[in-house]
Formats: sequence, C-alpha cells, structure tokens
Amino acid sequence: MAKTNAVVDWIDARFPLTSNYKTHLSEYYAPKNFNFWYYFGSLAMLVLVIQILSGIFLTMHYKADAAQAFASVEYIMRDVPWGWLVRYIHSTGASMFFIVVYLHMMRGLMYGSYRKPRELIWIFGMLIYLCLMAEAFFGYLLPWGQMSYWGAQVIVNLFAAVPFVGEELSVWIRGDYVVSDATLNRFFAFHVIAIPMVLLGLVAAHIIALHEVGSNNPDGIDIKKKKDPKTGIPLDGIAFHPYYTVKDIVGVVVFLMVFSTIVFFLPEMGGYFLEYNNFNPADPMKTPPHIAPVWYFTPYYAMLRAVPSMLSSQFPGVVVMGAGVLVFFAMPWIDRGRVKSIRYRGPYYKFALATFVVSFVALGWLGVQPTDFLGKFPGSSVEMATVLARIFTVVYFAFFVLMPWYTAIDRELPEPERVT
Amino acid sequence: MSQSKAPVSGSRRTLLIATGALGAVGAVAVAAPFVLSMTPSARARAAGAPVEVDISKVEPGMMITVEWRGRPVWIIHRTQEMLDALPKMDERVADPQSNQPLQPEYAKNESRALKPEYLVIVGICSHLGCSPSEKMKAGPDSGLGDDWLGGFLCPCHGSKFDLAGRVFKGMPAPVNLTIPPYKYLTDTRLIIGEDTKGA
Repeated sequence: MAKTNAVVDWIDARFPLTSNYKTHLSEYYAPKNFNFWYYFGSLAMLVLVIQILSGIFLTMHYKADAAQAFASVEYIMRDVPWGWLVRYIHSTGASMFFIVVYLHMMRGLMYGSYRKPRELIWIFGMLIYLCLMAEAFFGYLLPWGQMSYWGAQVIVNLFAAVPFVGEELSVWIRGDYVVSDATLNRFFAFHVIAIPMVLLGLVAAHIIALHEVGSNNPDGIDIKKKKDPKTGIPLDGIAFHPYYTVKDIVGVVVFLMVFSTIVFFLPEMGGYFLEYNNFNPADPMKTPPHIAPVWYFTPYYAMLRAVPSMLSSQFPGVVVMGAGVLVFFAMPWIDRGRVKSIRYRGPYYKFALATFVVSFVALGWLGVQPTDFLGKFPGSSVEMATVLARIFTVVYFAFFVLMPWYTAIDRELPEPERVT
Repeated sequence: MSQSKAPVSGSRRTLLIATGALGAVGAVAVAAPFVLSMTPSARARAAGAPVEVDISKVEPGMMITVEWRGRPVWIIHRTQEMLDALPKMDERVADPQSNQPLQPEYAKNESRALKPEYLVIVGICSHLGCSPSEKMKAGPDSGLGDDWLGGFLCPCHGSKFDLAGRVFKGMPAPVNLTIPPYKYLTDTRLIIGEDTKGA
C-alpha cells in the first residue's frame, strides 16, 4: 500500500487498524445485488446504538426503587430538560428494534440466509433475538405502571409452571414471593448492564461470522465461485465501503424520518408502543381489566392462551410458546431445499412461507385482543378467538415441522451462474 | 505445544483433566453465593409475617381485601343464599371435592373454609397470577349469563371461579384458588399466615 501518514503507520505497528479496516470495510466484498431487504441489518445496529445512548441518559434520572420508579419516570417526562424526548426516543426505539429485526429475519427466511455455511450467523442472530426479548421484558417493568407490574407477574409465573422446581424458580427470579422492589432492582441490573453486554458480544460474533463466510444475496448463490483471475476479487462483489455504506446512509435517513415522526407525533402509537394502562402506577391488589403484552410479544402470547391447561397444569401452553421461539434455531437443518433464494424455490415453499407470515401476523393481532372479542360459537361455550388462535398456532408450527418434507419434494428452478 | 502433532502424554493429560475439573468445582463454588444472593432477602422473608384481621365489620355479602405477603387475600362473608349455591356448582367446577392440595386440610370441605360463612382466599388466579374481579352478584346482571350463581372472573384470560374459589371446567386456570393458612383468634379476629400447626 502507498505511503500513509505517520500516525497510521505508528498505530499499525501496534494494532491491526488498517488490516481490520480492509477486512471489514474497504476490502469486504459484498454481492452487488443487495435490495431493499438488506437495509435492516445495519438499521438494527443503528437502533442498538440509539437504545444504548438514550438508555444511558435515562439512567441518570431514573430511580430503580418500587416507591420512586413511577414518579421518577414522570419526573423525566415533566421536569428533566428534554427528558421527554430522551424517553420517547428510548420507548420508540424498543418497538422499532423489533420491527427492524422481524424484517431482518424475514429477509433470512426469503433468501435462505441461514443455510450452509451461514448456520452460525443464524444461531448468533437467534440468540440476539432472545436477548432482545429479555431486554424488552426487563425494561418494561421499570416504569412500574400497571402493565409493567402485571406483565412481569404473568411472565414470571410462566416459569412457575415448570414441573417440580417451578415455584422455587419463580421465587428466585423475583427475589420475593411477589413482584416487588427486589424484582424491580434486579430487572434494572439485567436491563442496563447484563443483557446489553451479552447483546454486544453476540452482535460482534454475528458480524465476525458473517465476514468470515461472506454475505448471502437475493439470488442465494455463492459469489466466491466466480472470481477475477488476476485480483481474486469476486466478479459480483463490490467493496462494502464506499458502496454499501453510502447505500445504508440512504436507509438511515429514511428510517430516521419515520422514527422522528413517531417520536414527535405518535409516541404512544395508539396504545401499541406505550400502553395506556401503564400510565397508572403499579397496584399489586388490582389487575387491570384487560392486560396484553406489547405488540412484539403478542404472537407468542396468543399461542400461550390458545393451549388449554392439561393435567391440572398450564405447562403445555408455556412449552408451546417457548417452542414457537426456539424452533427457529432448527431452520438450517430442517430445510432440505437445493436452492436458497425464494426466487428459485418451488410453489410449496412459497405457499408455506406465505401461510407462516399470515399466521404470525394473525397471532399477533389475536394476542392484543381479549379472548372473547369475537364472541362464542353459536350454541356452544367455545370462544371463536381461541379457535382461531389454535388454527394459526398449528399453521405456524406446520411451517417448520413439515419443512423437511415439502422442501425436499418442491419443484425448484435452476439457480443462475451469476447474480441477476 | 500447538506446533507439535505428537499426542499429549498420558500423565500430562491426566493432570490437565484434574486441573480442569478442580477449576470447574471452584467456578461452581464461586457461582453459588451469587445465585443465592438472588433468593428472597431476610427482609423479604420477614415481610411474609402473618397479618391479623378484624372481621366484625364485614357484613353478610361483603368482601374485604387484606395484603399478605404482597398478595391480595379476600375475606368474604357469605350469605346463606351464597352457601346454598355451592352444591349446585359441583357439576360445573373442575375439582368439586378440592382434591388438589391448594388448601390446608381443615379447609378441604364443601365451603373451603374453617367457618362456612367466612371464605378466606388468596385473590390470585392459578393461571398466570392476575387478580380476578369479584362478580358475586348472581344472575344476568353479572354479564356472565342467566345461570351465573356468583363468583369471580379473571380479567386476563377469562377463568371463572365460584364463591368457594373453585375453578370452572375448561378454563385456562388449571386449579382452584389457594386458601392460605389461617385461624380464628376470637370469633371476630382472624390471623392469616398462621394456623394451629404453626405455619
């Protein structure tokens, strides 16, 4: 390389600055056919940074104390200069994180980004998703409103359903016999330090694994098969910097326009981003008449409600809900298709993916409604909404359980030699 | 060592395993205090102390809520009409004889109480811990149908309970509501969280 300035040389003799810059940016060759769906990885990183920064400033004023937490959030909203903005950025960021991550996962499902050799990228990604759920759950208790309190009560009680050790396990999680100050304090510790540290480590692992094997693309073909014989650079690859950094900046600008609109005009998003019941302080003696988790958990919540108790235990519902999340981990091994991308998949996979998306959205919608909102079947005591939730739960799982079969017999199209 | 392809000698491998195992034991031992620090503190345990309640002012048909271990405990003065309704519910509840061990032995009876007229019960749904709302009034006014004989409805997942806290059949809640240990100090004073065996 040509003579760079002396400072960089000095650093390079002591720290691999230039070589890392090349490996991960200027000489990381990404396929040239990235489309709209490829924005959400970098946007997820952006939201992570937004959440960490706004979170740091919230901790400067927030009190993790059951007697003071609710009032300290009001104090942030009313008395701390610009506190309302910092908090709305953080609360909007939580929902936007899930929107971005769900779209990012959808991209993976569409283009087969979890397939060999990217199994570990997928697993790290799923672990990030689990951390995100934990982060959202722990964070939701902190404002100490009615939904915070009863949401935590319901979720911690899920662990109490575990046979034999459940009761002790839930007491250990709460640090008390009920959700209390001890619970709030430890959830604060998990939310601001424990989970974020794990999250950052996993994001690093996710990207290191990605840069080891290279990015997938909308055609699902390996660009490293066709390299320029002289330079060894993939013919369909372009340097991440400047080409994709510039592309991602466009995505960032559009995203921030949407984000700012929500922060300034719709921070509650009609009760979906900030639930109205949470404007009442936590009252352990009284459950609000209708409780529902925040929207990003509702697909799984609908599954939980759909499964009836069996053998005097509600554990089956908890297992189904847990399986609904964990089943994603199996994707790299249950997909037996010969092509990766939806563009060359056969009709079975396309149909299966469509039913999966419909069932996920439908479960999410059912999860925010009361169980009796559609009324009962005429002449019976069965709730219509419960039956619907059961049907969609079956469809959801059918996508995974039947995958080894329908991907194996699907009529796929030939993949192209080069990206299109 | 990594340059050499020669296998590690047997004695060295044994030492490596022994060192590793001892390190693992040490790691578990160090983890124990951290894990145990998350169990309820002495203060949280002390807060679980029994509470005394004066029930002289609870008129028939009335219900009061007291806090015990951070949970709502309901005390309901059941009228004769309410007590008469209980046997009629046997058909519709999942565990009419209260065979599940959710009550002290002395409350394992039709009315699930020491004295039938006073029901003492933890107001936390056995499903996922919400607090059911009282729907003690019988009949269509309750909004729960003409054949409603009074009881409780959990707002979270719709579980229904009768006036002895017995869960209806086919509800998300798997079992009846819990009866806490309690005893009468006098006819009008009772203590929750302690019984004659000494809770």
